[in-house]
Amino acid sequence: MSISSTFHKWGSPRWFYQFSGRLLPWLAILSLLLLVGGAVWGLAFVPADYKQGNSFRIMYIHVPAAAVAMGAYMTMATAGAIHLIWRMKLAAMVMKAIAPIGASLTFLSLLTGAVWGKPTWGTWWVWDARITSVLILFFLYLGVIALHQAFENRDAAAKACAVLAIVGAVNIPIIYWSVEWWYSLHQPASISFTGESTIHPSMLRPLMATLCGMYLFFGWLLLLYTRIEILEREKNTRWVQDLICGESR
Amino acid sequence: MLNSGLEVKQLYTDRDDRVLFSDLSFQLNAGQLLQIAGPNGSGKTSLLRILAGLSSRYSGEVLWQGKSLQKNRHDYLQQLLYIGHGAGIKAVLSPLENLRWSCALRGAENSDVVLLDALNKVGLRGFEEQPCFSLSAGQQRRVNLARLFCIPAQLWILDEPFTAIDQGGVCEIEQWLSEFVSGGGSVLLTTHHKLSVSQDFSVIALGASNV
Amino acid sequence: MSEPKLLKLVIAVLHRDIVASLRRGSEWSNPLVFFVMVCALFPLGIGPQPDRLADLAPGILWVVALLASLLATDSLFRGDFDDATLEQMLLTHQSLYPQVLAKTLAHWLVTGLPLSLLSPMLGLLLHLPGEGTVPLMLSLVLGTSVLSFIGAIGAALTVGLRKGGLLLSLIVLPLYIPVLIFGSSAVKAAIEGAAYLPQLAMLGVFFLGALAFAPLAICGALRISVDQ
Repeated sequence: MSISSTFHKWGSPRWFYQFSGRLLPWLAILSLLLLVGGAVWGLAFVPADYKQGNSFRIMYIHVPAAAVAMGAYMTMATAGAIHLIWRMKLAAMVMKAIAPIGASLTFLSLLTGAVWGKPTWGTWWVWDARITSVLILFFLYLGVIALHQAFENRDAAAKACAVLAIVGAVNIPIIYWSVEWWYSLHQPASISFTGESTIHPSMLRPLMATLCGMYLFFGWLLLLYTRIEILEREKNTRWVQDLICGESR
Repeated sequence: MLNSGLEVKQLYTDRDDRVLFSDLSFQLNAGQLLQIAGPNGSGKTSLLRILAGLSSRYSGEVLWQGKSLQKNRHDYLQQLLYIGHGAGIKAVLSPLENLRWSCALRGAENSDVVLLDALNKVGLRGFEEQPCFSLSAGQQRRVNLARLFCIPAQLWILDEPFTAIDQGGVCEIEQWLSEFVSGGGSVLLTTHHKLSVSQDFSVIALGASNV
Repeated sequence: MSEPKLLKLVIAVLHRDIVASLRRGSEWSNPLVFFVMVCALFPLGIGPQPDRLADLAPGILWVVALLASLLATDSLFRGDFDDATLEQMLLTHQSLYPQVLAKTLAHWLVTGLPLSLLSPMLGLLLHLPGEGTVPLMLSLVLGTSVLSFIGAIGAALTVGLRKGGLLLSLIVLPLYIPVLIFGSSAVKAAIEGAAYLPQLAMLGVFFLGALAFAPLAICGALRISVDQ
């Protein structure tokens, strides 16, 4: 099969709907297994930290949420670029689906960060570089959502949001770097795949599990939201009508 | 000459799931005038905006000189003069300043003499230096129409050019259209007015089939 | 052959936009009045102690100048959209890029530049230490030009919407953050006697980046906004 026909097939909402339907249960089971397993592992079986006691355990949700939220924004911008360049409608649907999921994950990350901050620093909020960056990421998501809602025309909304998402994605490295520069009193980056890890491997393994779980969870939600969007947009087509009628029969 | 004009093939567009027109095909060659008629909301402005290249919300084909609009955009825009139903002028600027700007956008290097001549032709002698907001609605429309005389083009797309124009003015404009068409230009316009020009022209009625 | 043509286009757009905003008056004066008024609110809100104000002045001046620039940005394409002259800009075989560049530049000349020139006076009101005055002005000159370019992207995206104003702030403010960080930091560094040129150099880098890439986004956004 040539590249263009693969691309064409991937761009077909109907094909995507059917394909994603087969993928959904696997994603759901795997992501919940990893998330729950990783959380239980991290909460019950990992020894307490000698400095932070038990409070560090919230990182098993906090870190994956922040990481996936960041990745989600880049995915959204990529989908936006694909939509603008190749006019692929499915990319617009994916983009629209990501925004609320990404915003929720960012919010979850901020919330768990605050809960973590209280016992660690004695205050709910610290203007630390990482937290500030996540807050700005949250703002960027809110901007995309607000822009999408303001348009009455769906196609214009998708294109405008694509431009904004791309502009945001180009700016994110600059923003992050500026905020880092602005405030260098944050904890040093503690997970790195290249250098030596500064947290104990026994703490790291459950984190990897929840991180993978969170990515799969994101994928699962993304497919669900995209499928809803597909049904909404294609409601006048034959195959969707057949689908609905077939189910109600 | 073959393929010299604008060709529309199986054009379809809708607004909010309401079909405005479908399977619309026509051709407009040099020396022809085409009127788009139809009641309000039948999609006349939408059609003109598609043909001007301002709107991409359609399916079907629009060809200029045998090539699709997307591929031929640069050449097409060089030949097209579109006058929409918007004001088309900045109210704080004078007619002369407005024309200077419009010509500069098109790369038309006109001296002020040409511009003053154009304003004279649309009946605005003596108003050249006044700010446009002090002019009447009809006069403002005339400032916008003065672009017809200082921007070289082969195709005029005019959306309701007679709006706010007095009776004498309408006759004048009809004469300009005639002259332009006899000189080998093409005109596509919408109007509710009964057009009287010296040439034969065709009319396409929109909205007849799907009201 | 084509260079003088482009230059002519740029000059025509610059000339038209500057003349139009100067004649309207409110376009360049309103942001200035806003700048003065909001700066005057701060002593009323946080107390008149000179040393306290002096401490906060760089941040206050920069944030308020940023907001003034943001408010002015909404009108950048709105007038042209409403009177349909924006359609003429799109419907020419000449490139949209230089037109957009010229429009943004014209907008900065009538809003950002006056804000920067007025800032020393407001520095006096807020007891900004004297060493901060020149860096404040320089950082604002560079910074507001970047803000104009970023704001123009937002303005182009929201120009077709009936209520663009508040939405514009939502989508543009997060993108303003790096400029704010380096701008206010330049002033603070100068007051503390440290070098402030690195921060200005950073703003210069932002400016060059915005100059090169922002018009692309603005052009795309304008086409999308007109095509509705």
